[in-house]
Amino acid sequence: MRYLPLTPDDRTAMLAAIGAKSVDDLFVDVPAAARRDGFVDLPRVAGELEVERALSALAAKNTPAGSVPFFCGAGAYKHHVPATVDHIIQRSEFLTSYTPYQPEIAQGTLQVLFEFQSQVAALTGMDVANASLYDGSTAMAEAVQMACRVTRRNKAVISGGVHPHYVRSTETVVHAVGIETVRQQIAVDAEADVIPAIDKDTACVVVQTPNVFGTATDVAKIAEAAQAAGALLVVVVTEAVSLGLLKSPGEMGADIVAAEGQSIGNALNFGGPYVGLFACREKLVRQMPGRLCGETVDADGERGFVLTLSTREQHIRRDKATSNICTNSGLCCLAFSIHMSLLGEAGLRRLARLNHQQALKVRDAVAALPGVEVLTPRFFNEFAVRLPVNAAEAVERMAEGGVLGGVPFSRLEPGAGMDDVLLICATEVTSDDDIAILAKALGAVL
Amino acid sequence: MSSTMNTVGRPTAPNPVDHDYKHPTLTGGRGLLQDEKLIFELDGWDKTGVDLPEPSADGSDLGDLARAAPIGLPGLSEPEAMRHYVRLSQKNHAIDLALYPLGSCTMKHNPRLNEKMARIPGFSDIHPLQPQSTVQGALELMDQLAHWLKTLTGMPAVALSPKAGAHGELCGLMAIRAAHQAKGEHTQRRKVLVPTSAHGTNPATAAFVGYQVVEVAQTDDGRVDVADLAAKLGPDVAAIMVTNPNTCGLFERDILEISRLTHEAGAYFYCDGANFNAIVGRVRPGDLGVDAMHINLHKTFSTPHGGGGPGAGPVVLSEALAPFAPAPWVVDDGKGFKLVEFEEGEADQAFGRLCAFHGQMGMYVRALSYMMSHGSDGLRQVAEDAVLNANYIKARLSDVMSAAFPDGPCMHEALFDDEWLKGTEVTTLDFAKAMIDEGFHPMTMYFPLVVHGAMLIEPTETESKQELDRFIEALRALAGAAKAGDVERFKGAPFHAPLRRLDETRAARAPRLRWTVPEGSNRAAE
Repeated sequence: MRYLPLTPDDRTAMLAAIGAKSVDDLFVDVPAAARRDGFVDLPRVAGELEVERALSALAAKNTPAGSVPFFCGAGAYKHHVPATVDHIIQRSEFLTSYTPYQPEIAQGTLQVLFEFQSQVAALTGMDVANASLYDGSTAMAEAVQMACRVTRRNKAVISGGVHPHYVRSTETVVHAVGIETVRQQIAVDAEADVIPAIDKDTACVVVQTPNVFGTATDVAKIAEAAQAAGALLVVVVTEAVSLGLLKSPGEMGADIVAAEGQSIGNALNFGGPYVGLFACREKLVRQMPGRLCGETVDADGERGFVLTLSTREQHIRRDKATSNICTNSGLCCLAFSIHMSLLGEAGLRRLARLNHQQALKVRDAVAALPGVEVLTPRFFNEFAVRLPVNAAEAVERMAEGGVLGGVPFSRLEPGAGMDDVLLICATEVTSDDDIAILAKALGAVL
Repeated sequence: MSSTMNTVGRPTAPNPVDHDYKHPTLTGGRGLLQDEKLIFELDGWDKTGVDLPEPSADGSDLGDLARAAPIGLPGLSEPEAMRHYVRLSQKNHAIDLALYPLGSCTMKHNPRLNEKMARIPGFSDIHPLQPQSTVQGALELMDQLAHWLKTLTGMPAVALSPKAGAHGELCGLMAIRAAHQAKGEHTQRRKVLVPTSAHGTNPATAAFVGYQVVEVAQTDDGRVDVADLAAKLGPDVAAIMVTNPNTCGLFERDILEISRLTHEAGAYFYCDGANFNAIVGRVRPGDLGVDAMHINLHKTFSTPHGGGGPGAGPVVLSEALAPFAPAPWVVDDGKGFKLVEFEEGEADQAFGRLCAFHGQMGMYVRALSYMMSHGSDGLRQVAEDAVLNANYIKARLSDVMSAAFPDGPCMHEALFDDEWLKGTEVTTLDFAKAMIDEGFHPMTMYFPLVVHGAMLIEPTETESKQELDRFIEALRALAGAAKAGDVERFKGAPFHAPLRRLDETRAARAPRLRWTVPEGSNRAAE
């Protein structure tokens, strides 16, 4: 087996050094009833070529986003990732290292984390960011729990514009710990509806902007209302590139930001691995979940970086930890950080405007189709339309014609009475030709 | 004696200078090891390393929503970016460089075939919400991965979506909670029993889900104290969380009795599968009475650790817990593969959803590529070689270091305590730091908590005998130095790493968690 360096002679010599007759002697502690002698019923060893053939055959049954006109968003976005990003993250020193438990020989990873935290804080307009969580949805669940710790209250008011999968992921976890959630009526443009729902038991208000329908909202008034009631404002962002064009959550008064960072540096990957961005105001930092990297000096006074404030974490605090999270999303946050360094502020702003421009073009093209009503009033790179037909069926029929024309809202929330709503997204990879093809394909299924 | 010269006078042999003298360099540089500033200190405020067309849209249609103030993100041209990250990379230890014996972490070789497979556009460039008719191969891959995991563990069901081991623990305990709820026993079963040697994530997860954590004692030979467990089991216990092989690197001999007692008390057996790599292909957790177990794909099945993630933590489930698995999962309905995404119909008992989409697809591809490469015979050999390598280290170091549990074999990791360092002034931490100077990543230190000054060494199966011997000789030499009173070698170590020991106390006292504009800089005036 190509990954196993020991030879039969090595094994014999090593068993002799141990004083064992056979490798079975090393498994004596396994109860006899649970020992298995033969091989389990699965295929045997396979060469690279065989594995590559088998997996390539599976991959060939999928339609890659880059192979067709593509308009799906709703929490995962198709962007161009510079070649440099994938090259660097495959360097052995990043790919095959682990959590920087020994900072003297992990300064590469640690400095990247420090830069990542600094970038995320700037991007979100917040004071501090952690070294990432699993993804945006789990970041939202952590944010709600953190808000409850901070305020010692037990209720979260969730806007009807928050991505339904985020809501479901959050509710699953927080209901288990007895946190109540009050979700507002699903609506395209009604974030302010959360305000009357805030009361003295409210730990936090969760709003998403741009929301799942693409609607961008200034949440400053919501922040004021929440904070006046002693609650925190959690802002969810699923499209990180939007922050190159839209006012940041920090500028609008957010206390905690839970965002998905996939858009920058990371491929679609059928939903994972992604990278959860998590940022908050300085005074809340000791209630933050997840890893934090901080600056310090070494014995010679040289600047260096270490994991810090670990007394919040499970390996020190065990059942008193702020979260059970153990890893971060290391390689994905490296990819994010490299891509962000390549973009810089100038590149990010231009990228964001390009996304916006292409989305406006798509809107104009589909708005001209008979019976199509654009629902989203203000958006970054995605918007919702009402079709005169069932959206899921329209999407299936467009797919048969080689166009991935968007995400039917019913895929996220069946039974919301929005079976005719289609979410359409454009990014910098969307060409003008793609837009013309979409308009034709959508027109043909109406 | 004159130097050898070539015909144009260039010396072709080193100058015969006799010195041990090492002078500091004039710039602070150290040969190949480059000093590298933060991206924020490279003066790239107006730079970009991407060429994009100038858009016509300026966001004016968005009015006050447009971001006006500076964001504060520096940019780098492509060559600068490449150099920045390559320089940083060279300050990292890595599996590809040398042995990385972090116990409990399973730092094994990461085959590059897996990376190549995960990057096929048919896997990497598909959207989680595309029509399912356009991702049949992805769903089939998930189905195949599930088949391998179920077969290797002897368990009837698996929830793939948990994104890491700790997330898997959450999944398992939520399923257990849902099962008790379905029986109307949730309000009475408020406790989770956890051995003192457990990973920190176990009690953290149990507390996170709202359970009261009760510790179970350990015997002198490093196993769960069955009598103590039996005494603590009762109608108020929801589950036990036991790692097997445990964090001392030992197989729980009484595992069948542990699961019998647990089930008899009406509780469920959660197994922390972090150490599944020691038994894969030889022992099926399903045969041990396990009800739920997470599998760290980044450990047993070698998806890369990536500097701390992303991981993946699918959870296998027993018949009793299977109906409560979280959405989504894949079914083959005869006409094709289908994702069950909502808690309705066949999934009406699902306890909910753990993340936005379908879990760590990129890791599924890598893990399946790894499993298919090994096959059932190769995976069994993985467990055997991992255990053999650990026992070899234990056997060859036990005369100079003190094994925490000297009697009997260990599994995939060898655990030493600091008894042998008594009287040397050298601590476990000092010893670990001196290993850095010798070119090795230290073992896991001070864990498990039940062993004083613990040193937990996990070599994995992908180390050759030559590399193990090199490692063993280095540790023997260091142990000799410690006992011979060569204290300076340890107290100041590391001397040969990119940095000396770091001041963690200072970092935590006044945390600096991001770059900020230095006082007095021009930028601050903007």
